[in-house]
Amino acid sequence: MPLNKEIKKVLVLGSGPIIIGQAAEFDYSGTQACRALKEEGIETVLVNSNPATIMTDKEVADKVYIEPLTVEFIEKIIQKEKPDAILPGMGGQTSLNLVVDLYDLGILLKNNVKIIGTPVEAIKVGEDREKFRLLMNEMGQPVVRSEIVHSMEEGLNAAELMGYPVIARPAFTLGGSGGGIADTKEELIIILSKGLNLSLNRQVLIEKSIKGWKEIEYEVMRDAKGTCISVCNMENIDPVGVHTGDSIVTAPSQTLSDKEYQMLRTASLDIIDRIGIEGGCNVQFALDPYSFEYIVIEINPRVSRSSALASKATGYPIAKVATKIALGYYLDEIENSVTKKTMACFEPVLDYVVVKIPKWPFDKLQTDIRQLGTQMAATGEVMAIGSNFEAALLKAIRSLENTQYTLWSQKHVKMSIVELKEKMDKPSDELLFITAELLRRGYSVAKVNEVTKIDNFFINKILNIVENEELLKRMRLEDLNYDWLKKIKKMGFSDKGISQLMSCEPDAVFNRRIQLGIVPSYKMVDTCSGEFEAVSPYYYSTYEDMDEVTVSDREKIIVIGSGPIRIGQGVEFDYCCVHCVFALKELGIETIIINNNPETVSTDFDISDRLYFEPLTEEDVYSIILKEKPKGVILQFGGQTAIKLAAFIDKMGINIFGTTSRHIDIAENREKFDKMLEKINIKRPRGKGVWSIEAGKKAAMEIGYPVLVRPSYVLGGQGMEITYNETELVNYLQSAFSKDSKNPVLIDQYMLGKEIEVDAISDGENILIPGIMEHLEKAGIHSGDSISIYPPITISDDIINQIVETTSKIARELSIKGIINIQFVEYEGQLYIIEVNPRSSRTVPFVSKVTHVPMVKLAVRAMMGHKLKDMGYGEGLYRTINKTIVKVPVFSSQKISGIEVSLGPEMKSTGEVLGIGNTFIEALYKGFLSAGIRFPDKSKYILATLKPEDKNRFMPIAKRFTDKGYQLACTPGTHSALKEYGIESFLVNKIGEDNNILQMIQSGKVSIVLNTPTKANDSRRDGFIIRRKAVENGVDLFTSLETVDALLRVMESDIEEKNIDVFESQEVFK
Amino acid sequence: MKGRLILENGMTFEGECFGYLRDSIGEVVFNTGMTGYQEILTDPSYYGQIVVMTYPLIGNYGINYDDIQSKNVKVKGFVVRETCHSPSNWRNEISFDSYLKEEKIIGIKGLDTRYLTKVISSEGALRGIITTGDFTYNDVKRLLMTNPTLNAVKSVTTKKVERIAGYGKHVVIIDLGIKSNIIKSFRDRGFSITIMPAFSSYDEIMDLKPDCVFLSNGPGDPKELTDVINTVKKLIGKIPVTGICLGHQIIALACGADTEKMKYGHRGSNHPVKNLKTQRVTITSQNHGYVIIENTLPDDFEITHVNMNDFTVEGIKNDAKKLMSVQFHPEASPGPGESSYIFDEFITLM
Repeated sequence: MPLNKEIKKVLVLGSGPIIIGQAAEFDYSGTQACRALKEEGIETVLVNSNPATIMTDKEVADKVYIEPLTVEFIEKIIQKEKPDAILPGMGGQTSLNLVVDLYDLGILLKNNVKIIGTPVEAIKVGEDREKFRLLMNEMGQPVVRSEIVHSMEEGLNAAELMGYPVIARPAFTLGGSGGGIADTKEELIIILSKGLNLSLNRQVLIEKSIKGWKEIEYEVMRDAKGTCISVCNMENIDPVGVHTGDSIVTAPSQTLSDKEYQMLRTASLDIIDRIGIEGGCNVQFALDPYSFEYIVIEINPRVSRSSALASKATGYPIAKVATKIALGYYLDEIENSVTKKTMACFEPVLDYVVVKIPKWPFDKLQTDIRQLGTQMAATGEVMAIGSNFEAALLKAIRSLENTQYTLWSQKHVKMSIVELKEKMDKPSDELLFITAELLRRGYSVAKVNEVTKIDNFFINKILNIVENEELLKRMRLEDLNYDWLKKIKKMGFSDKGISQLMSCEPDAVFNRRIQLGIVPSYKMVDTCSGEFEAVSPYYYSTYEDMDEVTVSDREKIIVIGSGPIRIGQGVEFDYCCVHCVFALKELGIETIIINNNPETVSTDFDISDRLYFEPLTEEDVYSIILKEKPKGVILQFGGQTAIKLAAFIDKMGINIFGTTSRHIDIAENREKFDKMLEKINIKRPRGKGVWSIEAGKKAAMEIGYPVLVRPSYVLGGQGMEITYNETELVNYLQSAFSKDSKNPVLIDQYMLGKEIEVDAISDGENILIPGIMEHLEKAGIHSGDSISIYPPITISDDIINQIVETTSKIARELSIKGIINIQFVEYEGQLYIIEVNPRSSRTVPFVSKVTHVPMVKLAVRAMMGHKLKDMGYGEGLYRTINKTIVKVPVFSSQKISGIEVSLGPEMKSTGEVLGIGNTFIEALYKGFLSAGIRFPDKSKYILATLKPEDKNRFMPIAKRFTDKGYQLACTPGTHSALKEYGIESFLVNKIGEDNNILQMIQSGKVSIVLNTPTKANDSRRDGFIIRRKAVENGVDLFTSLETVDALLRVMESDIEEKNIDVFESQEVFK
Repeated sequence: MKGRLILENGMTFEGECFGYLRDSIGEVVFNTGMTGYQEILTDPSYYGQIVVMTYPLIGNYGINYDDIQSKNVKVKGFVVRETCHSPSNWRNEISFDSYLKEEKIIGIKGLDTRYLTKVISSEGALRGIITTGDFTYNDVKRLLMTNPTLNAVKSVTTKKVERIAGYGKHVVIIDLGIKSNIIKSFRDRGFSITIMPAFSSYDEIMDLKPDCVFLSNGPGDPKELTDVINTVKKLIGKIPVTGICLGHQIIALACGADTEKMKYGHRGSNHPVKNLKTQRVTITSQNHGYVIIENTLPDDFEITHVNMNDFTVEGIKNDAKKLMSVQFHPEASPGPGESSYIFDEFITLM
């Protein structure tokens, strides 16, 4: 059936802010869906609260609403836009749940909106565990023994009957939050209490654990006629028990014979055919490693993180094809965009190996618990393609930017076998390196398999790498003859890795390799293993014979991507890279992207003229530069990942467009930066870089406490802290220097002032500031974690003028061509500079969207030598709008056990949302709503426990709560302070006593917890434990009184949902 | 041991030989299946051919003796990127390398199989030799002129009649190089089966009073099999005749249609085939180098299945004459099993 002509306007829902379990993959799928709709001439209306996405661009969708993803707001948009249909499967679980709600409430029917793609009944089978289980039983498909429980008692009984270990999986949550494996009754009590609270319908599945079985996934598709195909199968290297998002995954499966492969493939197709999927679906299996026995774990009747991975692993655009299916097309009517000759109804075959490794936040978020389980902890992932498993694995390892280039990990070299054995026992992010180290010491493959249940195939592959590493360690440069070097390059070893093993300079290995004429050859990802001519410009490196890249003679530029999504470097940078490519294309320049993140839009092969799916290390990037001979590279948009390469690329004599590496260094090197500021007479908080504890103490004395301390060269405020006295400072310095003694620690005066942030475009002479943002929280809280407001509401014209002038001076001084990000603090009426980032920052998409200044495009033009005055957006400060917009950060704290959750100088949020309103209050209201912050429930307590310094500031706030009819509950200190002030509160006991604060939080009687931390990152402290308890039980937590004040202001206003407008992005400027 | 694959167009690929080190000549073809190497090795349709696997890692799950498709390895040689030294699967009995040694078949690894595949897909199937000797192209040029698939069916067909008891209808299988899973597919449906040599006569077949004659898959050019075609001509109209792959081509030839050699054939587990009756497309397992020329098919035939990559004929039917056959492999092994319904449709002819 061709296109359904009745569909003229389609509503697409995004997935909201980036959180663990729901990341950039939905920007990729949503963008692909919108582009596919556009291709068919259909008008698209897109709703997403997340501004840092490509899908919310006016180029992608016809109408864009950056509004809360709630039933009420979607209904308003439906009434305003009157779409014919809604496409549910593109925005992850968020979108799917919303569509089900809209359907169940009759809103879709009332407004004549049809659901296209997989029908609601089919979605429900995938989502409702009981329905799913019944259907599987009916079909004779095996499912694990399990029971749905709604209370603790039911749960414990069920577990007793089936026997421990059991897994608890709460229904209707994201990324498996609140789930876990319990080996004992005690463990189950803890997991279940969390799970019951987090599940939207207090429904938790208790199931018999099948730990140790192989975890296999199939990405399958079905059209309305019933044609079913399997796009890709994937094998998790980690067995069942570790969330697939936290597993190292390979595509295709490596250890399945055709019988097993086809058995599971057939089961997948039978299931989606029976359910009636129309689009894409993911089916997860557990397979007994010793028989044909398997069970169906679950299905996801939508595109997912796995489908994004499968799309990138095969070259098959699942989201695009799923969209076309939703519009009525059959699989045999949709073109295979890779071959342009064959149709979408075929199964891709790979002639390479793909490995995905998750990017975990453990390096950013200090936590002792690095254990992996059924609750996903990774923020992002890297993918690598190799002509063998070893190459794919080694490429993926160096793509992680964890400073590892081999399996030889210094941290683990120091451990004894006993320590390593202990660590091997529980899955963790380091298991790969632990296993490698054990094998290196001669530990048995069979035993590793017995303990980890990782298949021997993979263990032997790791062993193979380790053995070659050991050989290299005993070799000298002269021993690297052609055959040897070619062999290990084929195996995926990097020059740097080889040099580390041989204890020589990476340059020496590089030179040797070039001398021997060993260079990579690039092969195409073509969906068909070379059977048909393909046109996809999608490549990966090998050291095989044939190179399939024909370099054009056009002028070309390489854009360096930003690698995996991590805290501090999110999807915003992908947004910038993609727009950079678009801007270059407009200028008639051939574009080449290098990136390794399978979740993103930039790695969709039809974005740039050429895509190299490669690690972003010096060697891998330089090889491509040598191959393509570009006019230059652009690093500005790839975050710290790309900026890190500046010095090297410069050294190699390659042109860097935009700001030069010398100027980047000035901005990042403390002393050079200070010198520059002095020269142009700009103030900054007093500070110093120190190399020793003594120097640190002296510096702090001079500056005066509190001081802000941090390592140099960091992103996302990693390792940054505020210390209030010498003891704290010394503690900090001790630990910082033991980690890294080569670089200084920076000590700055801490100013409790108003933080202001600016993104500007500079052409080297003049600047354009699209907008100035004011932060709601006081300085000291990372800019990525604070609520920011545009246009500013409390900044004087005088300060604004100073900001414009200062920005202009700095941009000129640093010869910025492109984007510059500056953070200011206004303290006692004076303006100071905190930080300058000579690159695109995380606020660029936000600012571009709210000001309608296409920042990246202008920046690219500036880099190419165009002048701002010719670009049509003027110079200086751009005109402002008559609405207010707030950006609210979103955290994923409950997903990672044991991490500090209070706001501070170190960034912790994973995503952000916008609130757009006629007034500040309206904007805040929407922002809170989108961020999932609930207005407190009056039947429950507001629980407050504050540090002594904050008690006075809290009094008026407490009063406002009681005035609104809320009951407060406080720990003794806060309780008596309130009493003095004349406010009654319920007294709760401290930790360790009966009826204590933790029990109260767990009891479900608390709606929000207010806690201002005395000392962060110390898991032994009460405050830390209280904060963790709150987030783990799904209780909203506030650690900054400014945020609480903002929340109160919204509560005190007479704002009502029904009176609030929704704004299409163009209307914001009217 | 170092070795080479030399192609008839003069191209030489260097690699490392493994398995049984005896030079071997064959028609070089590629298979895109990501699993199923042992089914491919033992599929008699590959007789006379050197098979290139496009998936780079071969031997990962070892070899078991349950999944093989005939008693021994039928390919003339095997070309892979990499073999697995430590196979891992609960059914693994012997490593891939040891199995080839046992079966006296040479393999070559370590060469750029994607390059080789691109050469075959642009130039068509080429003859080639895997050698451990120091031969140059000129030394082997003459050898490469011989037809490695000549008399292929004769070499792979059964020598003696074999019976398998069953409770259902009686099918006589003409073994042109049958895969064991085809026999199993009939057996699972309860057929009483007689497997006969390819060159059995009309009388020998009809004496068994079958309810249906089935022509199996097999190697080589169908047009070489004039005796078989003549026998089938006599059978048609007297008794239902069904076939798969080579058998399907024989039925067409016996009815006056023509076949031709394809550029590089269909070999893999991912070929989309549309069932024109249900309009559904299923992914099929395929292995053929010849195909029916569509417009030579007599008018009383109905085309039931079409390949969605190149729109070649994948299935035909003639209700009046009770004929039905498919080009693809409904028995899978390796490959997808969704087309097993074809065996049930065969039954409806009887």
